[in-house]
Amino acid sequence: MSPDNGIRAAGLVRDFKGDIRAVDGIDLEVAPGEIYGFLGPNGAGKSTTVHMLTTLLPPTAGSATVAGFDVATQGPEVRRRIGAALQEAALDSFLTGREHFELQGGLHGLPKAERRSRADELLARVGLTDAADRKVGGYSGGMKRRLDLALALVHHPTILFLDEPTTGLDPQSRSALWEEVGRLARVDGVTVFLTTQYLEEADVLADRVGIIDRGRIVAEGTPSALKAEVGRPSVEVVPADPGQAEAIAALLSRFGEPASSSPKGVAVRLSDGADELGAVVRALDTEGLRYADLRVHAPSLDDVFLAKTGRSLEGAAEEPAEEQAAAA
Amino acid sequence: MSETLREIGFVAARSVRRTVRQPALIVPSIVFPLVLLAVSSSGLTAATKLPGFPTHSYLDFALTVCFMQGALFAAITAGTELATDIESGFLDRLQLTPLRPVAVLVGQLAGAAVLSLLATVVYLVVGVIAGVTIKAGVGGALVLIVLAMLVSMAMAGIGSLMASRTGRAEAVQGLFPLLFVTLFLSSANFPRNLMPVTWFRDIATYNPVSYLVEGMRSLVITGWDSTALAKGFGFAVVIAGLSFYGAARGLRTRMART
Repeated sequence: MSPDNGIRAAGLVRDFKGDIRAVDGIDLEVAPGEIYGFLGPNGAGKSTTVHMLTTLLPPTAGSATVAGFDVATQGPEVRRRIGAALQEAALDSFLTGREHFELQGGLHGLPKAERRSRADELLARVGLTDAADRKVGGYSGGMKRRLDLALALVHHPTILFLDEPTTGLDPQSRSALWEEVGRLARVDGVTVFLTTQYLEEADVLADRVGIIDRGRIVAEGTPSALKAEVGRPSVEVVPADPGQAEAIAALLSRFGEPASSSPKGVAVRLSDGADELGAVVRALDTEGLRYADLRVHAPSLDDVFLAKTGRSLEGAAEEPAEEQAAAA
Repeated sequence: MSETLREIGFVAARSVRRTVRQPALIVPSIVFPLVLLAVSSSGLTAATKLPGFPTHSYLDFALTVCFMQGALFAAITAGTELATDIESGFLDRLQLTPLRPVAVLVGQLAGAAVLSLLATVVYLVVGVIAGVTIKAGVGGALVLIVLAMLVSMAMAGIGSLMASRTGRAEAVQGLFPLLFVTLFLSSANFPRNLMPVTWFRDIATYNPVSYLVEGMRSLVITGWDSTALAKGFGFAVVIAGLSFYGAARGLRTRMART
């Protein structure tokens, strides 16, 4: 692959009407052939960043190059080299899968014979050969996403942008898509810029992760390095009697600072690591606090998010999606 | 230029496929005007007895209204299709290809154009079967089809303008009652010279739709009337020009890619 198949952004900013700053000075660098996971809650600025990097939205300030070309001044050059599957796979429910290839391949200037062979190849690759001549309106969510991914590849792009490609998919369709994206990067050397709000997706798929919150990158690195930075495991206790949740939280606070937990549980990051677990159990017994479940969690990317922003990623997703309103 | 035509071809092929696969678009735009024609021609025959009424058959007089109503459906079809693409993000998919905005606008009209052609021919055939005589003959019928198509495309331009400005299918559909009132306030249902109410006659006189209708109608009830045809074609071209210009500008703003 050419060394120019990377993505670079410096101080990228995008403002919308009503003084909304969706992206607030993003710096990033994605190496050729790398899968870069852009993780953040709804409204964090992920899609706006993708829209700027794919030339669909001019930046308000800052600069970015994709495949070595400036996204603000060399849009056509950038578009020739990128493929993108944006949020909510926008497909035409009245066209068949194959007709989508005819349209997209044709608009990319592929000759008829190549359009056909490329459609056959990509439809087979994403397991849609049998459904190729059916109208997309009858496809499942997973099939639509796979078609969307295949369409993004029709003109042999060297950089692929995937905006929340697995949102709303069942676990099986999700892993099938992960497998294909992984193969694209490892075997074909395609650079992948992937946005997601799923921790597991970023963890499993991405070589490096950028965590974005309120338009800013708050942490960046390999998933393992980011988790190592947070370092300590957390213990989560699910009270047997929900009325004791407060007392349990007070007790646990003696062992560390609060950590993300399931809705029914209370969790803290253990100040002295897993060695303190015994002390926690003894303290609960001593004070007569009964629990339905007690588990130890290794640090997750959600812990990283919590450590960097003071909020859990899942909780943050409940915030208003200004970005989507503004981008509309 | 050849690249633009190639792009228009791909977008047009998709637009036609979409349209012919939606019976819910096709059936009302053909049936609704014919039902109204049947109702009005059976109920308003007495109007032809008025001194100065230009023909003895109200069916001959009213046939043209079908073409205008068909054009209103073309406005809604073209506008809704474009707005749906904007809303669904399909326009973004197209924007990621080298496609030019003008190819989107022109190509997207292909579906509405095919629908209008189909509807126009059906109105004409049904009219002739029901007893309408085209005074300008077979040549006049062909010119009528051309003018009806031009009027439909002018109206489709208005639908596309609305779509490109608002990006919302509901806003485009909200246009239909407005266009229908505009048709009602024209000479579609009654000749202007026989309108007894002055304000209504004045509105109909300033309403360009009157001239679109009268241009088409002249071929059916008068024969070759160059003045009526010139006004009909003239207004259709002006409306089409203005609406397409506005729609193209709106689409350029919306396709804000760098």
